[in-house]
Amino acid sequence: MADNATTLTIAIMDPPYETARVTTALRLIEAALRKGINVNVFAYEGAVSLGFTEQQPHANPVKGTSVEEEGHPTPKDWVAALGELGNGRDGKGKLDWVNCGLCVDERGMQNQATGRRGGPQHLYEFLQNTTNVLVIATR
Amino acid sequence: MTTILNIVERAYQGTLEEQDDQALWLIHALKNAGAAQSVLLRGPATGYAVREQLADSLEIGGVKPGNPSRIDQDLQRLIEAGVKVWAIREDAKERGIAPEDTLAGIQWVDRAEVAGLFQEATRIFAW
Repeated sequence: MADNATTLTIAIMDPPYETARVTTALRLIEAALRKGINVNVFAYEGAVSLGFTEQQPHANPVKGTSVEEEGHPTPKDWVAALGELGNGRDGKGKLDWVNCGLCVDERGMQNQATGRRGGPQHLYEFLQNTTNVLVIATR
Repeated sequence: MTTILNIVERAYQGTLEEQDDQALWLIHALKNAGAAQSVLLRGPATGYAVREQLADSLEIGGVKPGNPSRIDQDLQRLIEAGVKVWAIREDAKERGIAPEDTLAGIQWVDRAEVAGLFQEATRIFAW
């Protein structure tokens, strides 16, 4: 990450599809990256599901729409897009997304759209060099 | 015949990701499977009754939902499918929701009338 850049650390626990917190967190991450703010993410517990690459869009039998008509970007697509956005180039911030490895193993979600495998020690490392921390816990 | 009263209170949770409200979706699917259903909107979910909702401005990392959630239209489809949709008048009023801004098919009830709805149902699901 660029020296002297502002860095935000976000710890998130929620899985996709259940709460408004996930969308809010992803939007915060994007806004920060676009402002040149580096973002560390520690995906904990259900949040490791966000980037799981096996997510599949589906047709909607209630609405009678096809997969194509639904055009459903599952959260893994958003996570992947943030991974591309957060490359630290063109004045954008750099994204360092760490998935809790034990949480990944519990859920069989080794295949991830972005980020790296880690653990609590990575969250601790994030805390040493961050401007601020936002914990978005499951409620 | 089993009649299910679905009390929907939790609102706008994961609907941007899902492109649907999960409870309303399941209610409609059960209706299509033959279940007799009704819906009572209470608390935050009274906002679902407001017409012309559109969450099409969401975009994350340049990726937009292809079919953004239209909760009012989903409710309208439920009503047209024969599902009675009640909503609690006081809960809407507390949130500044004006009846003229809501779907015409919503049947507004006072809190004091809710117990009567329970008596008409054989199963009550709280969402």
